[in-house]
Amino acid sequence: MARIALDSLRHSYLPNPQQDADWAVQKLSLEWSDGGAYALLGPSGCGKTTLLNLISGLLKPTEGRILFDDRDVTLATPEQRNIAQVFQFPVIYDTMTVYNNLAFPLRNRGVAEVEVDRRVREIAAMLDLDQMLEKRASGLTADGKQKISLGRGLVRSDVNVIMFDEPLTVIDPHLKWVLRSKLKELHRHTRRTMIYVTHDQTEALTFADQVVVMNQGTVVQIGTPVDLFERPRHTFVGHFIGSPGMNVLPCEVRGGQAMVAGAPIETANAKACRGDGARLELGVRPEFVSFALEGLPVRIGKVLDAGRFRIVETRYADQVIKLLLPEGLPVPEGEVRLRFDAAHTRVYRDGWMVGA
Amino acid sequence: MSKTVNQKGWFFVMPVVLLVAFNAIIPLMTVVNFSVQETFGDNVFTWVGVRWFEEVLHSERFHAALLRQIAFTAIILVIQIPLGLAIALCMPRRGPWVSVCLVLMALPLLIPWNVVGAMWNILALPDIGLLGHSLNALGIEYNYTRQPISAWATVVLMDVWHWTSLVVLLCYAGLVSIPDAYYQAAKVDGARGWAVFRYIQLPKLKHVLTIAILLRFMDSFMIYTEAVVLTGGGPGTATTFLSIDLVKVALGQFDLGPAAAMSIIYFLIVLVLSWLFYTLMMRNEEK
Repeated sequence: MARIALDSLRHSYLPNPQQDADWAVQKLSLEWSDGGAYALLGPSGCGKTTLLNLISGLLKPTEGRILFDDRDVTLATPEQRNIAQVFQFPVIYDTMTVYNNLAFPLRNRGVAEVEVDRRVREIAAMLDLDQMLEKRASGLTADGKQKISLGRGLVRSDVNVIMFDEPLTVIDPHLKWVLRSKLKELHRHTRRTMIYVTHDQTEALTFADQVVVMNQGTVVQIGTPVDLFERPRHTFVGHFIGSPGMNVLPCEVRGGQAMVAGAPIETANAKACRGDGARLELGVRPEFVSFALEGLPVRIGKVLDAGRFRIVETRYADQVIKLLLPEGLPVPEGEVRLRFDAAHTRVYRDGWMVGA
Repeated sequence: MSKTVNQKGWFFVMPVVLLVAFNAIIPLMTVVNFSVQETFGDNVFTWVGVRWFEEVLHSERFHAALLRQIAFTAIILVIQIPLGLAIALCMPRRGPWVSVCLVLMALPLLIPWNVVGAMWNILALPDIGLLGHSLNALGIEYNYTRQPISAWATVVLMDVWHWTSLVVLLCYAGLVSIPDAYYQAAKVDGARGWAVFRYIQLPKLKHVLTIAILLRFMDSFMIYTEAVVLTGGGPGTATTFLSIDLVKVALGQFDLGPAAAMSIIYFLIVLVLSWLFYTLMMRNEEK
């Protein structure tokens, strides 16, 4: 168990990085507290896996330090760091039985056979592998193989951190749900630090206490799922999390008043905004937009039925504004006006939330 | 139950049947034809049944050649497979040296077989050859035209030089195709060098190794050109392997009947042993 600190960590796969785009992970300082359940969320290619491999020691950072409980492990091997990692695609030892696969990480470290047996059976029972312990691992389905990979990650009781690199990609949806709940339960049970990499927001938001959102090699926001939803610090977070994503409209700020195409909008933070030529945008989630008697006059566009609510696309000038209409409410006709919930409407300056 | 019989299918199969017939079945049948008859030329044949087969199977000369052949192939497999695997493991996975290594490895395979034989013949000449002369200068008595042991060593060395590359290239291709995640998982699981080889690389190379062993078995079991050019089967009959003996019977003595019978026996041995190798190495696959 350890607190993990990243100190101005940078990594590039190129021998001689010059510009920003050469860095897979940009300068990053971050702390993961002991026993937390973290998700590392971001689009493909944003540097999540690189960051994970840096923490586990499979990659050596170009610059910066990694500390486990104030011990510098920047140059330590994965074995010395005592971590466990589960990969995106199942990795199994073909010639071994399921039992021996699960026992492998323990035996390599010279754990007593009695303890090995106890741990393997415990983990196998948790993952529903106990019926096939004596089978050859290569004969299992993709699901079964990935369960073995998960099992090998979970079998050691003394690891500093367990890392999951999109571990449920190959698993079918129902089992995905089951396994994720099991991981969550295991975390509550053992309080081991877990870092879970994914590009699936549902997976991240249901698994983690703290979600770290990454984009283009930088951390954009760290927060609880509620934070990310209600106070996205960057328009990217607004877009990436939520379905549909946040409405982002170009705006101006005059004397502490936000204006979208000439119409004044009440916001939570426009007063703190200085214009000075930066790109200004107004962000509001579709959940916080509603039809009203007065407000922004719009035309109704497409209406999509999403089950419990409908997604209504409206147009103001040449801007598209989406909003969620709860089930049962009618879509108004003719001249319609929109109201934005001022507490959840914010001004973003060059993509970043003003006053954050 | 009525079953539709679609005779049209034959039209689609015919081209292949014809092709196989002309390049395999018909030539093979002429050999079968010779193997059960006696001929003194002039296209006059008399039926002798399985006499030639009995004769060949009981001949000491055939036993000796077969034994030499088995010994040779066994030595070749024992040397080339581990050596090829070891070289492949040592080769770089990325960087500019990859292409250098690959070209160096492929070179021996690009040389015509009779040229290989001629090269080694000259190289190993005890008086003027670089290898032969050096060995003698070092005080090692070496003369492949007189000592069977020297002849064997030279043939084996030549075959190792010529064909180990094939094993290397096959193994290298197999090694490169193992995903990085396996090595990463091994590191995380605390597996070291030997365990990585034993539990990751070797199992993943199983199919490639099966192919390598099969190819090297078949090729070395049918070695002819290089050995004939190098030693001519001598000294005496020391390096007269099956195919060399077969040619001596067929073209040297013009005993077409026994030679045909021998060919068929030879063919069946290669076929059965190949099948045996393959089945043994693949037997765990279904479980």
